[in-house]
Amino acid sequence: MKKQRRTGSRVFMALVFLFLYAPIFLMIIFSFNAGNSSVVWQGFSLHWYEELFQDRTIMRSFYTTILVSLLATVIATIAGTFAAVGFYSMRRRTRSALMTVNNIPMTNADIVTGVSLCLLFVTVFGGWNYLAENYRFTFNWLGTLYRLTLPKLSLGFGTMLIAHITFNIPYVILSVGPKLRQMDRNLVDAAQDLGCTWMQAFFKVILPEIKPGIISGALIAFTMSVDDFVISYFTAGSSVSTLAMEIYSMARRRISPEINAISSLLFVVVILLLTANNIREARAEKALAKRRY
Amino acid sequence: MKNRRPLFAVPYVVWMALFVVAPIVMVVIYAFTTAAFDPTMNNFTGMGTYLSIFTRSFELALIATLVCLLIGYPISYMMAKEGPGFQRIATVLIMLPMWVNFLLRTYAWMSILENNGLLNQFFSAIGLFDLINGLFGTDIQYFRMIRTQGAVVLGMVYNYLPFMILPIYSVIVKLDHSLTEAAQDLGANSVTVFRKVILPLSLPGVLSGVTMVFVPAVSTFAISRLLGGGTHMMLGDLIEQQFLGGAYNPHLGSAIALVMMIIVVICMWVMNRFGEGEEQAVML
Amino acid sequence: MSKELIRLVNCSMAFDGELVLDNMNLYFNDSEFLTLLGPSGCGKTTTLRIIGGFITPTSGEVLFDGVRMNDIPPHLRQVNTVFQRYALFPHLNVFENVAFGLRIGRTEEKEVNGKKKKVKVRIPQEEIRQRVLEMLEVVSLKGFENRRINELSGGQQQRVAIARALVNRPKVLLLDEPLGALDLRLRKDMQSELKRIQQQMGITFIYVTHDQEEALAMSDTIVVMDQGRIQQIGTPEDIYNEPKNAFVADFIGESNILDGIMHEDYVVEFFNRKFKCLDKGFAPMEPVDVVIRPEDIDIVPKEQGQLRGTVTSVTFKGVHYDTIVDFKGFKWLIQTTDYHPVGETIGIILNPDDIHIMHKSQYSGMFGDYSSYSEEYEEMDDVTMLDEEEEGSSREDGHEE
Repeated sequence: MKKQRRTGSRVFMALVFLFLYAPIFLMIIFSFNAGNSSVVWQGFSLHWYEELFQDRTIMRSFYTTILVSLLATVIATIAGTFAAVGFYSMRRRTRSALMTVNNIPMTNADIVTGVSLCLLFVTVFGGWNYLAENYRFTFNWLGTLYRLTLPKLSLGFGTMLIAHITFNIPYVILSVGPKLRQMDRNLVDAAQDLGCTWMQAFFKVILPEIKPGIISGALIAFTMSVDDFVISYFTAGSSVSTLAMEIYSMARRRISPEINAISSLLFVVVILLLTANNIREARAEKALAKRRY
Repeated sequence: MKNRRPLFAVPYVVWMALFVVAPIVMVVIYAFTTAAFDPTMNNFTGMGTYLSIFTRSFELALIATLVCLLIGYPISYMMAKEGPGFQRIATVLIMLPMWVNFLLRTYAWMSILENNGLLNQFFSAIGLFDLINGLFGTDIQYFRMIRTQGAVVLGMVYNYLPFMILPIYSVIVKLDHSLTEAAQDLGANSVTVFRKVILPLSLPGVLSGVTMVFVPAVSTFAISRLLGGGTHMMLGDLIEQQFLGGAYNPHLGSAIALVMMIIVVICMWVMNRFGEGEEQAVML
Repeated sequence: MSKELIRLVNCSMAFDGELVLDNMNLYFNDSEFLTLLGPSGCGKTTTLRIIGGFITPTSGEVLFDGVRMNDIPPHLRQVNTVFQRYALFPHLNVFENVAFGLRIGRTEEKEVNGKKKKVKVRIPQEEIRQRVLEMLEVVSLKGFENRRINELSGGQQQRVAIARALVNRPKVLLLDEPLGALDLRLRKDMQSELKRIQQQMGITFIYVTHDQEEALAMSDTIVVMDQGRIQQIGTPEDIYNEPKNAFVADFIGESNILDGIMHEDYVVEFFNRKFKCLDKGFAPMEPVDVVIRPEDIDIVPKEQGQLRGTVTSVTFKGVHYDTIVDFKGFKWLIQTTDYHPVGETIGIILNPDDIHIMHKSQYSGMFGDYSSYSEEYEEMDDVTMLDEEEEGSSREDGHEE
């Protein structure tokens, strides 16, 4: 009877996995379709991949995505690490109050975060542009008369970057925080006792100790950035678009085979990254196990 | 002198004030003002016009959440009962689709559900339509699946199922096995052990799973646009239209966004009351 | 006199091919306090889990009242367990934790109109309430009904765990190192508390521990185990005074264990000297292990002693001094109330009832030598310790022949 139940549960799990993976694999299969249907198989071809790499809008949106994700990740990781160190040396109540604010972008629906940032940018830029239009600043410097015109501001790469940084930092703090909590509080004291300045103690003791947290925080931030659609959609304006935004507009226009090709490529990249990460983790675990003996 | 470390957080605190708190303040201000920034409640009272959109959004999101729970709980439980190697692989398999952009995942279903899509072709290939037509004398060539509310729910379930499974699984797998043994020792058979020990103790996971599915489901606009064909407007679509679409009215949009924020706050409050679940929810 | 409740017959247990319980035969009587005592990994917890029904022995039989129980799941067995870290249900308060077993009710087979039917027997609310409150009183937790589990101290949680198990009126209560997580003071209090509860309830306690003092203080019967085998069964006095082999002698209390030769009944030779003893029944000239408890040795001026030795270390222990004395290279531990400074030569007298003779066993030569005493008791600086250890072992080798 026990065995039967086990088979039953295995079958159920297999069905769920089928449900999760069948659409993705169908998409991959049809990305190699010669015809432009994602329904009828018309022979094998790499046609859509060629098309993809020649599509300048897609390639540009790809670069935008990578650029904004990398920049946001680097900035968010540094700022988030420092913020986490700051948070964890605060008194409990201050910290928990700040953590509540910190959690807002994560718990809120994406669309609310996107819309609220959009609103902020539009309002502030509206005021700024009004100033720029109506006021010219003139001033005299070393006998020359300068006329300064304020530049007009609009939604674009900059605002999108700010948005990405904003929703990335909480993830960094959340993965660095536990490492700080686990850290022996006496470590810094010990380092200072042995003659380190506070800064030296930070770089020589704290940083190595929380490094795994920083790395995983950066990884999460990067994937969040690459994966984001909704927040970018509301903060990027009309001049730039990320890959996800491009996919959205293509999907609405039903340009199927190219999308299939993109998703297949992305899926392979994701699998490679995950495998690499898993191997890295397994190695770290092994090293740890070895050290114990 | 002694403890300057809190100063490290100052830049981020300023950043939060500018880009987390200020935007929310803006939303609140916009929600309670007219286009001329006169205070008003009209944005809220006028929501009655969109009652059907509200009810539809909640209905579809609730159904999707329920379906996710009905699939997600058993599979989490089954996974937790397997060996560690199996568990590791299964968790990776559950998480993997989450790394594929949700637009692509949604798009995948478009070509499956289409009138001449893969599913209908499959049905026709196995002679299902011939059978039905023969039996009832109808003339069906395909099932209409895309641009239905069912398709939207399917899309939500497909996209958010992992968000239900992972928190529940992580709670169940961490349950102290000796609690199960203690219950058995006190005379509980496996059904009672589940009902009286495992289920109540996994409730925090269920709550965080429900929140993590319900919140994005109720606020989505891309899924309803792509699979519902724009014919079944949902809250997300409504907000989007007020900011980027034709019906530009950020005041109404802010009011709806505020409602959505309140929903999230309620969800969080419920979850915090039951404790523990929150941290995992946030981690994912 | 007392009835036998549970019997293990030739029970063996292997995990992944590793034998953790080796052909165990043991029975448990009605209303006795039996302790399974041994170092970690000796199989004591495994034995308990076999009785509780959480694991099934690889071979052998588990009999309750003579009925084979091997495949009966835990929820159908009339024994209850107090788990190592209590395993209290965190989502229930104290009252509900204790009431857990009562609320479940049992399905009993009854004959109705000549047909066997499974009938669910539920205990009425009022009775549940009464029994729970009664039980909480027994464990001195009256008034704690509505507390949450995480609001309780370790000792209180312990009491809840005991009440939760006892409220079901089991015939046998299994306790798996229940005091392990408590601090020393609380442990002492709970020991007498447990003994009191056991006597009050009049049921069998099977108690697992690695703490010999605990075992001696509480038990009617002690089962000493090592490497999956029973080393000795007996009353605390038997086990302490008449250990069966070097392992038991060393594990229970402190012992000096030396090699000797049994010349004839009541005469044993060690250190090239014959001593009178109370043991008999050994083969003539049989090599034996001789146990001498450190507190039994009397120190006398060197002229009067049967043996003469030099004090090498003295440690004040409060009630007594732990004095290490070197006898021809073999170091003994002697516990005395008199202070003898290091370097003093002393004599000792051994009375016949101070000497206990054991057959040679696999444990001979492994225990009972205090040459490395300092290593055990005070972490002295490494160099001297290493030296001493080396010296000790070479001397021991010399002594072996």
